[in-house]
Amino acid sequence: MSGHSATPVLEVDGLRRAFGGLVAVNDLGFAVAQGEIMGLLGPNGSGKTTALNLMSGVLRPDAGAIRLMGRNISGLASYRIARLGLARTFQLVRVLDGMDCRDNVKAGLAFHKPHLPAADAAARIDTLLDRVGLGGQDRRPAADLTYIDRKRLELARALAAKPLLLLLDEWLAGLNPSELTIGIELIRSLKADGITIVLVEHVMNAVRALCDRCVVMSSGRKIAEGATADVLNDAAVVRAYLGGVAADA
Amino acid sequence: MMARYAGFGVIALAALTLLALVPRLGNAYYLALAISLLQYTVLATAWGMFSGPTRYVSLATTAFFGIGAYTVAVLGEVLPWPLVLLIAAAIGAMVAGIVGLSTLRLSGVYFVIFTFGLTELIRQLVVWFEVNKSHVLGRYVFVNITQADIYWQLLALAAAVFLLGWLIARSRLGFALRVIGEDETVAKHCGIDTTFAKLTLFAISATVMTLAGAIMAPRWTYIEPSIAFNPMISFQVLIMALLGGAHRLWGPVLGAVPLTLLFELLSARFPNTFTIILGCIFLVIVYMLPRGVAGLVEKLPMRLRGKKAERVAA
Repeated sequence: MSGHSATPVLEVDGLRRAFGGLVAVNDLGFAVAQGEIMGLLGPNGSGKTTALNLMSGVLRPDAGAIRLMGRNISGLASYRIARLGLARTFQLVRVLDGMDCRDNVKAGLAFHKPHLPAADAAARIDTLLDRVGLGGQDRRPAADLTYIDRKRLELARALAAKPLLLLLDEWLAGLNPSELTIGIELIRSLKADGITIVLVEHVMNAVRALCDRCVVMSSGRKIAEGATADVLNDAAVVRAYLGGVAADA
Repeated sequence: MMARYAGFGVIALAALTLLALVPRLGNAYYLALAISLLQYTVLATAWGMFSGPTRYVSLATTAFFGIGAYTVAVLGEVLPWPLVLLIAAAIGAMVAGIVGLSTLRLSGVYFVIFTFGLTELIRQLVVWFEVNKSHVLGRYVFVNITQADIYWQLLALAAAVFLLGWLIARSRLGFALRVIGEDETVAKHCGIDTTFAKLTLFAISATVMTLAGAIMAPRWTYIEPSIAFNPMISFQVLIMALLGGAHRLWGPVLGAVPLTLLFELLSARFPNTFTIILGCIFLVIVYMLPRGVAGLVEKLPMRLRGKKAERVAA
């Protein structure tokens, strides 16, 4: 693609964060290449969300480096990291209920430089709402949306400023089977646009369908990394998820 | 759109001109009442400018009002009046900056308690300074300013506050504050420097309150800490803004006008049970009108359209 393709979009190195005696993330390291979807997997409590919070600046790491396009963002405030091009969604969907869909997306766009002229911003917002399947609903209050539409709106907000990297925290959780198909297609279409994504997900069908590579965490440590199919068949991964039951389960 | 703004501007200007004529009525009681109305309109609107969008409930109104009044008590006789106002505004903004930096990370009830404590802290500091350093407790304010002058200055301040509030609401800063009020975590991840946004608005709101205190100071000829830093002002302003509806720029004035008149009546008729009545009014407002009079006014067109929107909301 561009001359930057040699630099990973995201590079995490020796990342560590402890809460009292509990080491939630321990010596975590991986890299995400331009245009790639990387799955971050692991059982509940394995440190995935903590890792995401460290990358997006909610938490400060005790040690280690996080580089976005080669620039160290470790320990920066969330808003600075956001302005440098890292966008995220939340495990429990967060939309701005007191605003309409248009303003929700505008929130993701308005605080990034360069500021767009009003007409261009409005056009971008319409395009994004169309893109996630909320076309024509721009004046609808976010509070009136159904669960999947709230997820769509949150995604549109995250995409608004054309992020370098998108962190999706269980974005597909809680969707019914037909919604899941729609959701997977939507994320696949983002990849087609060259958006780089880190996907924290428990829905294995989605992981298989979407992720180029996966990193698996258990008790704060990385226990496997590689191509999705290989990782999901890895004995250590199966043990971590199923607690030592037969690998062919 | 432009035509609408122009029309609105003309109406605002006409209203302003009419209001400016009040001192010409030559009735001292009406003028005093009008000064009270303007004072609370300015304070409640300034309160709503910060607390409306961010939903941070501040009880520091008295602190800033008192700082303004005391600045006049100390400097009023030595320096020219415009300079005194300028210094008062600067002190107010500075204190707001320091207080804001140390407290705007607090959320919810902790912020409320801190701002309440702040008023007491500043009052005690002033008392300590006056007793130990300047050896006076209570100062006379002898400045050449008439009641009509006070009225006109407050009217100008009120006009400035509404203009400023209107400009902020339409600005990126105003939008940032609305996002913060909705969800501060999302705001941060949208790239909003939430501390800076809150601090800026807090300082603007506090500067207006300080100026109101400074302008009002010559109304009392004698000022002491318990007059300048009367915590009741904070509560009254809060109640007014909530009754009117702090989520709209024009909301607080809808609460300030009726309640100023009511307080005037009650404190004259029932001086001893006034605070009890105040508390009851506060409870009724919170239960019956959570979005204030402004909320009612907004709902009115929907009601007229056959309560359709009402059902959607439910």
